Amino acid sequence: MVQQLGYLKETPSQTAGPYVHIGLTPNFCGIAGVYETDLGSRMVNDKTRGERITITGRVIDGAGAPLKDALVEIWQADAAGLYNSPTEIRGAADVNFTGWGRCATDAEDGIFSFDTVKPGRVPYSHDRQMAPHITFWIVARGINVGLHTRMYFPDEAEANAADPLLARIEHRHRVATLVATGSAPNYVFDIHLQGEKETVFLDI
Amino acid sequence: MSERTNSKPETGAFFPRDRAWHAPALTPGYKTSVLRSPQKALLSLDGTISEITGPVFGHSLIDELDNDLIHNFAKPGESAIGERIIVHGRVLDERGRAVPGALLEFWQANAGGRYRHKKESYLAPLDPNFGGCGRTITDAEGSYAFRTIKPGPYPWPNGVNDWRPAHIHFSVFGHGFAQRLITQMYFEGDPMIWKCPIVNTIPDRQAVEQLIAPLDWANTIPFDARAYKFDIVLRGRRSTLFENRLEGN
Repeated sequence: MVQQLGYLKETPSQTAGPYVHIGLTPNFCGIAGVYETDLGSRMVNDKTRGERITITGRVIDGAGAPLKDALVEIWQADAAGLYNSPTEIRGAADVNFTGWGRCATDAEDGIFSFDTVKPGRVPYSHDRQMAPHITFWIVARGINVGLHTRMYFPDEAEANAADPLLARIEHRHRVATLVATGSAPNYVFDIHLQGEKETVFLDI
Repeated sequence: MSERTNSKPETGAFFPRDRAWHAPALTPGYKTSVLRSPQKALLSLDGTISEITGPVFGHSLIDELDNDLIHNFAKPGESAIGERIIVHGRVLDERGRAVPGALLEFWQANAGGRYRHKKESYLAPLDPNFGGCGRTITDAEGSYAFRTIKPGPYPWPNGVNDWRPAHIHFSVFGHGFAQRLITQMYFEGDPMIWKCPIVNTIPDRQAVEQLIAPLDWANTIPFDARAYKFDIVLRGRRSTLFENRLEGN
């Protein structure tokens, strides 16, 4: 016999289902009066520092159809490369920037949209930087465990080429699945769940 | 955005997710997963600062009725119809440590199994006094509680005759974005749990049992509401010394 490690098991994930909006964006689905606003609907205000950008995109299934019932969350550093999080110990992030956004995909065309700022670079280790990026998390009916991925910027070719996460992608043509299209200030990031253009999803 | 304890924040990366404990992406018994499941291998790597950090929500976000689904959508003086219950528990991490300041959001069908959503077509009626959403933030011990009515089971289009067992959806934020979790809570003693294709996406019976809340007789309030206890476990994080930390050792 040896001592027991005593660790617990993580609570298993279950799908967010078709009615995720009731819980996470109730105003979006017509349940008014419970919360003043939907959480995560506004990431910036007039005082937020940095370059304003808009990210739009769709989550596309294996038949090429955009998901009209998905929910997307993003998490990112501020313009100076600091996270608005208690776990951020390198400095204080912009108090006028939450760094976190939540958007349901549109019930008609499946488009999600975020008004935010371009993130600064953040460190990977004490001597390596990551390219500017935004963390994405996607849940929906039919997705059993929320999907993590990242969006990188098409106008950061040099930084992207040196990015430690992008460098880990074995099949180099798949790197493009993590790089937005468009140009400042309007970027487009489509997420493909399956097929030739399947987005690289992360176990991170 | 943050109201936190005065202890130094932990900055270790999270334990890898045990993918065999969770449902796989492709679970044909749950038909919608067939075209929505990634087919290529996930890219696995240790968490970076982008996943170790995460948003934290202050207690000031929460209004008085946010954790009372019986009243938060009801007309003044009225209340939702159904079996009155209290759902409570703790949010812990895999090390067994409390997770204070965790935002929990929950949503559910009404007592007849009907959701307040335009895409919902089940013939059971809406309850004019029930919206179906609530939220709360865990206290310093990681504890939470909310009041609601027990949701009803309902049929859904998958197999010819598939029904969801009574359940409450939970969305959980821990201290890092890597801990982000959505799950569902079921009720002790419900024979429909084991017939459900969504429950059965989870391969391990013990993992399913982790989603079933026992009736908590000790915390049941006489002549008012029965209690169910549902603890939630988020990924743990490394806390050993000798990490190659971002700020250097």
